[in-house]
Amino acid sequence: MLNAGDTAWVLASAALVMLMTPGLAFFYGGMVRAKSVLNMLMMNFIALAVVGVLWALYGFTMSFGDDAFGGLLGNFHFAGLENTFGKLAGFAVAATDTSPAVAWPGSDGLPVLAFVMFQLMFAIITPALISGAIADRAKFWGWTLFVVVWVTVVYFPVAHWVFSFNGFIGENAVGGWIANNLKALDFAGGTAVHINAGAAGLALAIVLGKRKGWPKDTGRPHNVPFVLLGASLLWFGWYGFNAGSALAANDLAAVAFTNTTVATAAAVLGWLVVEQIKFGKPTTLGAASGAVAGLVAITPACGFVSPIGAIAIGLIAGAVCALAISLKFKFGFDDSLDVVGVHLVGGIVGTLLIGFFGTTSVNSLGADGLFYGGGFTQLGRQAAAAGAVLAYSFVLSFIIGFVIKKAGGFRVSAEDEVSGIDEAQHAESAYDFTGSGGGLGHPTTIPVKSTPAAKLEESKA
Amino acid sequence: MKLITAIVKPFTLDDVRSALEQLGVLGMTVSEVQGYGRQKGHTEVYRGAEYSVDFVAKLKVEVVTDDTNVEKVLEAITTAAHTGKIGDGKLWVTPVETVIRVRTGERGTDAL
Repeated sequence: MLNAGDTAWVLASAALVMLMTPGLAFFYGGMVRAKSVLNMLMMNFIALAVVGVLWALYGFTMSFGDDAFGGLLGNFHFAGLENTFGKLAGFAVAATDTSPAVAWPGSDGLPVLAFVMFQLMFAIITPALISGAIADRAKFWGWTLFVVVWVTVVYFPVAHWVFSFNGFIGENAVGGWIANNLKALDFAGGTAVHINAGAAGLALAIVLGKRKGWPKDTGRPHNVPFVLLGASLLWFGWYGFNAGSALAANDLAAVAFTNTTVATAAAVLGWLVVEQIKFGKPTTLGAASGAVAGLVAITPACGFVSPIGAIAIGLIAGAVCALAISLKFKFGFDDSLDVVGVHLVGGIVGTLLIGFFGTTSVNSLGADGLFYGGGFTQLGRQAAAAGAVLAYSFVLSFIIGFVIKKAGGFRVSAEDEVSGIDEAQHAESAYDFTGSGGGLGHPTTIPVKSTPAAKLEESKA
Repeated sequence: MKLITAIVKPFTLDDVRSALEQLGVLGMTVSEVQGYGRQKGHTEVYRGAEYSVDFVAKLKVEVVTDDTNVEKVLEAITTAAHTGKIGDGKLWVTPVETVIRVRTGERGTDAL
């Protein structure tokens, strides 16, 4: 039976999560220089376009089709989104003293397509997150090709491992190994989204190499208000991400909503305190970064911990990530916008801390962590899941990035990097500050039919 | 005629302008500039990475004046822009061949 309230919440949540990708684009876009902000926005926006199509063609079915091979990959039953419209998903309900059992899809069914769209938005933002690691220097089509291959061989399988539960999409459906066999807890994607993207970001930062002048010339963020605006949009959209992951308009969704709020608030404080101690000033960029670190860390945990546990996780994540962003200078990889320091580290922190702060008093489907008398069992499972996703994503991303780079399609020339990637890759500039309008150029009055790339190159010479 | 160029701290502009108005100076050109002298820039920190801003924001005030008024204008600006701290700025004087008012075609001191 379809539950209208749940369906409405999941559809609204999907829209909220959609907004996170443009929000992320501005979060990242503000941090780069004025000459490469458009490229940064485009690297994120293209994920909406590319993954939106791939998800319908084969992404959803690879992730959520009935398991085809050892919990690693879904089958092609839903290719082209066949067999989805008019169908419900849900869980069978066991009998209790007062009510009889309800066969699958249970009493709170959800239209499969509502779930398809909700999960699509996760598949979009995950590759978009990676883009921050390679700001200012990636060829646009090379990046687009990377997104196509990466979601196909990394994200879609990993989403199957983590998000595909037995008996949800069909009565006898078999899901992925992390969710059902390992039984690691990941409420909204600490492993599949954040560790996954963070590990890929680390691989790409190494493959593509440092920007010219790094680390001496790190580049000043050109628009810190954009960064805070983007972080705020992320925070807003994250309610769909986390509370929406309850897949129901119920108490658990409200718990996730609450934990998301308090953990993020605590993480802002954690980051700012570290900054005050280390550098003597609390910064706007630090507050925005702390919020995102908190959101990342609470993502896997938001449905399994109490609000006090969430505050602790947020504080720890804010402080740890504020310290982790200096790792790139120590090890010499140019993770330009700290995808590793915030998403990989934050994702690991949140995933592991479930092993300490998890409590079945919040969610009977969760587990008791160390602090609630649960022993080390759950912590071990969490570490196994985090390690598996990290290793798989890092190795595959490294290979994909390496092949695209060797084929000559990933890194822009040093000249284009210095003159600005917006102009070199997109033939645009973000801002025209000249009061007289039109800059120093001569606007063409008649629309140009087409300007071949060769001519644009020529005009630069 | 002389062109007096003054580099001053931005917040002193109002004082400089009213001092010049009292002298009967009828016009000036002001632009935002960046540079450094004895006063060094400052350091900003973005996610733990130090970013040193070497150039300090200043205002450049340009006034063209009759030879007889040069000393008075120099003194007025020096007084108005003075704080006694490092970074108060500099003034210099350059000769001007002529000045033309575009609207009327007047030349020389008549055009001031």
